Amino acid sequence: MVLERGEVANSWRRERWDSLRLLTPNWQSRLPGHRYEGADPDGFMTMGEVIAFVSHFALVAGAPVRTHTAVTSVRQADGGYLVSTNQGDIQCRCVVLASGACNLASIPALRQAVPTSIECVTALDYRNPDQLPDGGVLVVGASATGAQLADEIHRSGRRVTLSVGEHVRLPRTYRGRDVLWWMDASGVWNQRYDEIDDLTRARRLPSPQLVGSPERTTLDLNTLGAAGVEIVGRLAAVRDGRAFFSGGLRNHFALADLKMDRLLDTFDDWALRHSPDGDVDPPERFEPTRAPASTRLDLDLTRGEIRSIIWATGFRPDYSWLDVPVLDHKGYLRHDGGVVDSPGMYAIGLPVLRRRKSTFIHGAEDDACDVTDHLARFLATSA
Amino acid sequence: MAEVSVNNGVNVGALLAAREALKAAPQAAKFTWRASCKWKNGTHSRTNVQGFHGLGEEQKHKTEFSFEADHPEIFASEDLGITPIEYVLVGLASCLTAGVAAVAQNRGIQLRSVESKLEGSMDIQGILGIDSDVRNGYDDIKVTFKIDADASKKEIEALVAQSQKRSAVYDVITNPTNVRVEVV
Repeated sequence: MVLERGEVANSWRRERWDSLRLLTPNWQSRLPGHRYEGADPDGFMTMGEVIAFVSHFALVAGAPVRTHTAVTSVRQADGGYLVSTNQGDIQCRCVVLASGACNLASIPALRQAVPTSIECVTALDYRNPDQLPDGGVLVVGASATGAQLADEIHRSGRRVTLSVGEHVRLPRTYRGRDVLWWMDASGVWNQRYDEIDDLTRARRLPSPQLVGSPERTTLDLNTLGAAGVEIVGRLAAVRDGRAFFSGGLRNHFALADLKMDRLLDTFDDWALRHSPDGDVDPPERFEPTRAPASTRLDLDLTRGEIRSIIWATGFRPDYSWLDVPVLDHKGYLRHDGGVVDSPGMYAIGLPVLRRRKSTFIHGAEDDACDVTDHLARFLATSA
Repeated sequence: MAEVSVNNGVNVGALLAAREALKAAPQAAKFTWRASCKWKNGTHSRTNVQGFHGLGEEQKHKTEFSFEADHPEIFASEDLGITPIEYVLVGLASCLTAGVAAVAQNRGIQLRSVESKLEGSMDIQGILGIDSDVRNGYDDIKVTFKIDADASKKEIEALVAQSQKRSAVYDVITNPTNVRVEVV
């Protein structure tokens, strides 16, 4: 059975901002036996469309979903697990943790030092610019979330300062195709977790600066900067009402530009060896991220210039209900490709669980096959 | 991984082994670096460095190192050593250079020469108290590397970028650090 604390596609219904669209193009949104069949394969689903897509899948798959069933604890019992919910207890031999990696907003400890006059909003709470007070906004974090929110809030007429640390830069389209088409075709997305040099780093990688928009536009720091968003370094400290930003912004630009170029090289190499279906445009390289002559190193948060801060500093999983000792010292699940360090316990839908695509909708199928295969063998041999 | 033929004089194997060992014992990764300074005369001082704490116990450099600091004659000093703010450049240059060598070794890149020039610009109206809007320290630091290696320009740029990413001195210069100064 599948336990769902709310309705099917709950987090898509309740924990996303209004304008969000998927980062993956429609043709790539596929679940086992279920794919997009609309008129715009290159477009990006709105939240309403995602909810409909996932809900329809639950229906046609005949998944035994128990909605409005919130798990309050999972503990080992009788050679299996006792799952307590607000609808009663369930004893089972196997548990698959599919609660995701983005349950809580991950906010740096320096938040404590932010003056109380500043309104703080996390990416999970943010819906649209209207909920913010008038005045300047500091967006902390420049992954997909931070870049998109900086853009949207700037368009609402507010002054936006964007604090940028380590980030992943990607063009929306490359050589005439969606960049995620290239990830798919060249095999980057199928790269397995046991083939990756530094798996810890791969699992912690921020989401790429991408936006799913009808215009298929690239959203990078050059476009944000040109539009008038002020780019500053990583938020390093808040002291006596002042925010201090790192002076190492240029290197964060360099790291992201170099990394993007290496990825584009991989695509080009792949295209040389295989002749992709249909035409692709010639190789191209993008302008390096433009570094301002000097960036702002500090900002007085008490002067009224900034009225709100958006923490787009990532997410973390919530395992407060998991009473099984399977977390590492940083609170992350110990698992080997989804096989959790406790017999009969599994995970799905975590970053690079088994492949680079593990957290994308179309990445679920291959991982689910592998994990359920292991699970079935476990049940067969431990009877 | 490093090819056997590449030798930049960095024992990457030992560093990677230490990295794995410290992952399991994060307490041992807590280091304290120390320096002891004595005023000589005027702006001249001598700082000695030998002991430090790390891997759970007291450690020592093989010998004691000594550093003279002073101001130049144009500041009416005797110029018995470089200025303290120049030591910051020494720290940054040597930290980034060590990083380039280590990263190159790890990536299997043979270095032939690594040279860098550093320039820190500063308006001394700050330290002289002429204008309180001018900061005391550097307002800009520029590092220029010239590297000859068996690698493409992009690979060399990536070495330098990775070296900055993992540099302690670069971090301490680009980010604020709590400093406590007490009198006993």
